[in-house]
Amino acid sequence: MIDVTPHAEAAEPFGPGLAQDAELLRFTTAGSVDDGKSTLIGRLLYDTKTAFEDQLEHVEDVSRRRGDARVNLALLTDGLRAEREQGITIDVAYRYFSTRRRKFIIADTPGHVQYTRNMVTGASTANLAIILVDARHGLVEQSRRHAFIASLLRIPNVVFAVNKMDLVDWSEAAFRTIEEEFRSFATRLDLPHQTFIPMSALTGANVALRSAEMPWYEGPALLHHLETVPIARDLRPEDLRFPVQWVIRPQSAEHPDYRGYGGQVAGGVMRPGDEVLALPSGTITRITRIEQGGQPLEAAFPPMSVTVHLADNVDLSRGDFLCRPTNRPMMSQDLSARICWMSDRPLVARGRYALKHTTRWTRAIVDELLYGFDVNSGQRDWKATSLGPNGLGRVRIRTTTPLFYDTYADNRTTGSFILVDEATNATVAAGMLLGDPAFLSQA
Amino acid sequence: MSNIAEACSILDIPSYRRTHLQALEDEAVHILREVAAERERPCLLFSGGKDSIVLLRLAEKAFRPARFPFPLMHVDTGHNFPEAIEYRDRRVVELGERLVVASVQASIDKGRVTEETGPRASRNRLQTTTLLDAIEEHQFDAAIGGARRDEERARAKERIFSHRDEFGQWDPKNQRPELWSLYNGRVRRGEHLRVFPLSNWTELDVWQYIEQEDIPLPSLYFAHRRDVFERDSMLYAVSPYVKLLPSERVISEIVRFRTVGDMTCTGAVRSDATTLAAVIAEVAAARLTERGATRADDKFTEASMEDRKREGYF
Ligand SMILES: Nc1nc2c(ncn2[C@@H]2O[C@H](COP(=O)(O)OP(=O)(O)O)[C@@H](O)[C@H]2O)c(=O)[nH]1
Repeated sequence: MIDVTPHAEAAEPFGPGLAQDAELLRFTTAGSVDDGKSTLIGRLLYDTKTAFEDQLEHVEDVSRRRGDARVNLALLTDGLRAEREQGITIDVAYRYFSTRRRKFIIADTPGHVQYTRNMVTGASTANLAIILVDARHGLVEQSRRHAFIASLLRIPNVVFAVNKMDLVDWSEAAFRTIEEEFRSFATRLDLPHQTFIPMSALTGANVALRSAEMPWYEGPALLHHLETVPIARDLRPEDLRFPVQWVIRPQSAEHPDYRGYGGQVAGGVMRPGDEVLALPSGTITRITRIEQGGQPLEAAFPPMSVTVHLADNVDLSRGDFLCRPTNRPMMSQDLSARICWMSDRPLVARGRYALKHTTRWTRAIVDELLYGFDVNSGQRDWKATSLGPNGLGRVRIRTTTPLFYDTYADNRTTGSFILVDEATNATVAAGMLLGDPAFLSQA
Repeated sequence: MSNIAEACSILDIPSYRRTHLQALEDEAVHILREVAAERERPCLLFSGGKDSIVLLRLAEKAFRPARFPFPLMHVDTGHNFPEAIEYRDRRVVELGERLVVASVQASIDKGRVTEETGPRASRNRLQTTTLLDAIEEHQFDAAIGGARRDEERARAKERIFSHRDEFGQWDPKNQRPELWSLYNGRVRRGEHLRVFPLSNWTELDVWQYIEQEDIPLPSLYFAHRRDVFERDSMLYAVSPYVKLLPSERVISEIVRFRTVGDMTCTGAVRSDATTLAAVIAEVAAARLTERGATRADDKFTEASMEDRKREGYF
């Protein structure tokens, strides 16, 4: 057995045995090549005892064959064969581990230059992002890009993991310099909750346990932070958003009049008795019952998948919407959005696409590319006329039917969409909606 | 319900908190409703194994009191555990849903595939042809399966709505980006989707959910005495479908199965877990992945699952 870790035994309290009422935290990881991202994920899997013996055996085996000095924990996150051959990750892969308090889903995305789209994909479902930096190199161009994407996708919590502290003699000064640099850069971004943790993924310092080598650091180890960071921040009950997904109408002898609206709550809270507005019909009615698996519920909130019953027989089908009468989403066929282009076939102005927003498909024309973003600096490029793969830009889109939406800043579900190439059915872009375009173009 | 949520409801403080099982259920129900709405002819792959049993419960949550908007389909190798087939048939009757059985034996009889021979013969790989033929015959444009990303390395990057070309093949390098919960369910004629509502579940999540929902399982999953033999340091059930090698001896052991597949290649583990709680304790403490522990089919080459998935396997 090759040496793996000094922390394995000490990490026992984190062993598996997830409590039934543990919560779920989704996070994404970003770093440039060789910053230690794979090692960090391998370390988390290992220290939480999520890595199984057969997987460990496999990585020991491979490490030995490659002549590595110690077991390369990075190999635990090894994916498809092509990547094994190239020795890099090329797409988004999902990993799972748990402690007693929480179950974690990691969207593992590569840090390679051309893979902005992978990080955007991983970030879209994340509650938290870990951005790795090498303590020796500090803030590099890619770290800025990762922070920018985290801000663009509005990931509520960002952890800056200053890795390889063992290679800078666990120096507080090195850590503080990077922290300061990041903080001043991040003032231009929208990163509401930032945490800085010095660590060594290789030795495990400040990953599962606080490190003895850095007594000057008073914050939590990474795992403790992941276990305790708030998940559902900022729920405003009045912002009810319920896109109808599937209408349940058995029309059977047993249930002749049953009519339930199935869907996943996208914002706010609803309760039986609440008055609701059905869109697009504009009818006001009342919720009579909310159920899940046939059981009545007192309240429904994101991300619950429920079935809703209404007092009146309103005209409501898939793609329609429930909200409070006094708190409506925006409605428009003219949309303003930031998009991330994901296809090798570039975006062309006047291009026609299928657009999916909540549970509704519509057709869309990209009217105008206002500007592109430089992902590294966040600067606008007003001369951009097209977006290639991994390109980011601000566009105006016209749809054939109106959307009921919020800005992405207000709601990540009702504020997001995808564009699909109608010929190939490939998903070509991810979009984040902004406010009223007429208003904004004046501003 | 969790203690915190209960405490909050007693004190009348809204908690707006979902446990991990609730959040996984919310996501899976959403996925099932999406595929039902976006595809014309889906089917749900049901084997009598625990993952597809959980899928059925989730489908009840998504669509009841109406009937499921898709039939169930079982790819029957003819070498299944009788307990799994009994369970399958009983469950189908209880649910009042339609079951399509696609038979590997029929594919062999029609000459679509050739039976492997020798003591290690298995029909596992033949299932791919039977599955793809059935998808074509019934013109299914989506097959909902119970695969999980934690099962195997090649699965970790598969999408929840996973596209298959007209040959049923998966192209891991050319997958559609999948963002937020906006699934792209569009396919061209002749192509189909594989849809995996349990993508984000782990083995332990599945067991905890079975306990929470009190879902009955085939007896195979619990410790029982059975005639087995040892091969490649794994235990296999004695059955008419496997020939023992001269060196192999039948022994009687207390075992249970962690997965339920073909009798020829599904290994048993020694266990005294006769209750759900005992199984969960065992799973939580397990030091081997369920495939590593019990699936001979994945042991042959490092990339065997990836190869089979490209061809169109589950
Ligand atoms: N000294 C030291 N080396 C590390 C640390 N983390 C990772 N490494 C090494 O850095 C190299 C790149 O790590 P890897 O995890 O593969 O990087 P990735 O490209 O970001 O996934 C490997 O040789 C690791 O062993 C650390 O904290 N300290």
